[in-house]
Amino acid sequence: MLNSFQQGVIILVCINVIAVLGMSVLTGFTRLFSFGNAGFMSIGAYASAMLSVRLGMPFIISMVFGAAFAGFIAYLLGSLTIRLKGDYFLITCLGFGESVRVLFNYTRGITGGAAGFAGIPGTTTATIAVVCAVLAFIIAWTFIHSKFGRNLTAIRENEMAADAVGINTFRYKRLSFVFSAVFAGWAGALFAHYMRFITPADFSLAKSCELITTTVIGGLGSLTGSVLGALLVTLLPELFRGLAEYRMFLYGVAVVVVILLKPDGLYGYREFSLKRTINWWRNLPNMIREKSAQRKQRREKRGESK
Amino acid sequence: MSAKQESTKVLCMDKVEKHFGGVRAIDAFSLTLHEGVVYGLIGPNGAGKTTIFNTITGIYTPSAGKIHFYEKDITSIRPFEAAQLGIGRTFQNIRLFSNMSVLDNVVMACSMDADYKMPAAIFRLPKYRKLEKQINEKAMGLLETMGLEDRANERASSLPYGHQRKLEIARAMALNPKLLLLDEPAAGMNADEEIELVEFIKGIHQRFSLTILLIEHHMDVVANLCDHVTALNFGKTIAEGTPAEVKSNQAVIDAYLGVAK
Ligand SMILES: Nc1ncnc2c1ncn2[C@@H]1O[C@H](COP(=O)(O)OP(=O)(O)OP(=O)(O)O)[C@@H](O)[C@H]1O
Ligand SMILES: [Mg+2]
Repeated sequence: MLNSFQQGVIILVCINVIAVLGMSVLTGFTRLFSFGNAGFMSIGAYASAMLSVRLGMPFIISMVFGAAFAGFIAYLLGSLTIRLKGDYFLITCLGFGESVRVLFNYTRGITGGAAGFAGIPGTTTATIAVVCAVLAFIIAWTFIHSKFGRNLTAIRENEMAADAVGINTFRYKRLSFVFSAVFAGWAGALFAHYMRFITPADFSLAKSCELITTTVIGGLGSLTGSVLGALLVTLLPELFRGLAEYRMFLYGVAVVVVILLKPDGLYGYREFSLKRTINWWRNLPNMIREKSAQRKQRREKRGESK
Repeated sequence: MSAKQESTKVLCMDKVEKHFGGVRAIDAFSLTLHEGVVYGLIGPNGAGKTTIFNTITGIYTPSAGKIHFYEKDITSIRPFEAAQLGIGRTFQNIRLFSNMSVLDNVVMACSMDADYKMPAAIFRLPKYRKLEKQINEKAMGLLETMGLEDRANERASSLPYGHQRKLEIARAMALNPKLLLLDEPAAGMNADEEIELVEFIKGIHQRFSLTILLIEHHMDVVANLCDHVTALNFGKTIAEGTPAEVKSNQAVIDAYLGVAK
């Protein structure tokens, strides 16, 4: 059996996968950038924690409520901010995330303030986390591979053309925003019931940045890429514990490297396919042979011209 | 009035104006389109032709005047509503969903046919399957009409220019439009492609009983396609009539044909 450290890592991976999948729908498929999704995570975390602790609700109800409440707040916020042009939307999201954190810091009577909210039941097990992550992936996948995902992709590709084919771009952008917030809230609820103790600082701007960078590294417009990104970004720091302090620095470097070398991310605009990977492996010897043959030819040519 | 005896009015623009700061991009412009016509808009660069399209499709709200589409006031409509009512359009600067496949470009334009809710999509209910299948067939059918079926899986941006223009028309046709607005469909095409395009537009006009409003600089395209033409300059109508009449109008020659290369 897995020891508790390994279980913990699995749970954290799953939580990040869910939050990043939400981000992927918003950023990868709709091309809306939100630096406030940690705010939605914290709303999901606190809302579910309060339901569990104060009202003694069963976990499943707390979790669904946490996710739905985050989505509800996103609906209200999005109704106000979605119409803003690109950069302004981004900034309002950033402001929102920070406001939530500050708000939870100051409402000590309800949230425990900066000292944190304790006594949450530790219901999130590795099994529950994995089931949730798989479910989240299936929901995101079917959502993206339907008219909903298509309409979002149309907005990403060309908003004016999306309008011209009858897509209510405002409504679909808001839907995408709500979708990402629901997933963030879901992740937050799992997080709260794993950690048992949460503070507003767990959901800082740094966490929002981490979600965005993970999505970019994994590849915009690819759900499997996002899962891969979440795996890498969560696992690598666990493997190199000594580097924990340099975490944000390394994310930064990783994003710059990925953008320079592979601007679409690891799996940009396409999904992971077993068949293609196998073919790639099979083809590898041929590819190497061709490459070396080309190199040889070039060398010979150079030799001739001398 | 004798409106019943005449054919139905599809589009009615009444003294429409659009100002940008001090610029009167269109100035007291009126136009009536009857069902089934192919109508041409000509005029030199900056005459206001594209601006007219943008006011019809709700991208701009007119500064003054009224626009009706089948009796419905669409003066301050939003762009997606115009599309949903059945006004399809293409753009002067091609606006495809460039990273998507040719087929997906048309499928993405079928969102109105995808009349299912989120649970149907997430649980892949029969309604979802049925409608998605229909949409795929419809999109493939449209690509066949345009002669693009062999390229269905290519990336839209990798198509040659002329094909991209056709794909934009295919995409507009996915709306089952009643009115089709074509903004310089022959731009950048050579003489052969131009002839092919004219035949093609004639074809869809008949087959889908469309009303077409078309902006074009190439007079031979206009002469071949249009029943009626309006010539614009500085946002104002300077001549109106059959292509032959407008072509020989002195004001038009001065304003447009004289200036053109
Ligand atoms: N969004 C805008 N803001 C400011 N001015 C604009 C805008 N759109 C159009 N104009 C101005 O309105 C006038 C008409 O432009 P429009 O694009 O309608 O011309 P056009 O007849 O389509 O010309 P072309 O043949 O070059 O396409 C031009 O002077 C243009 O500069
Ligand atoms: Mg124009």
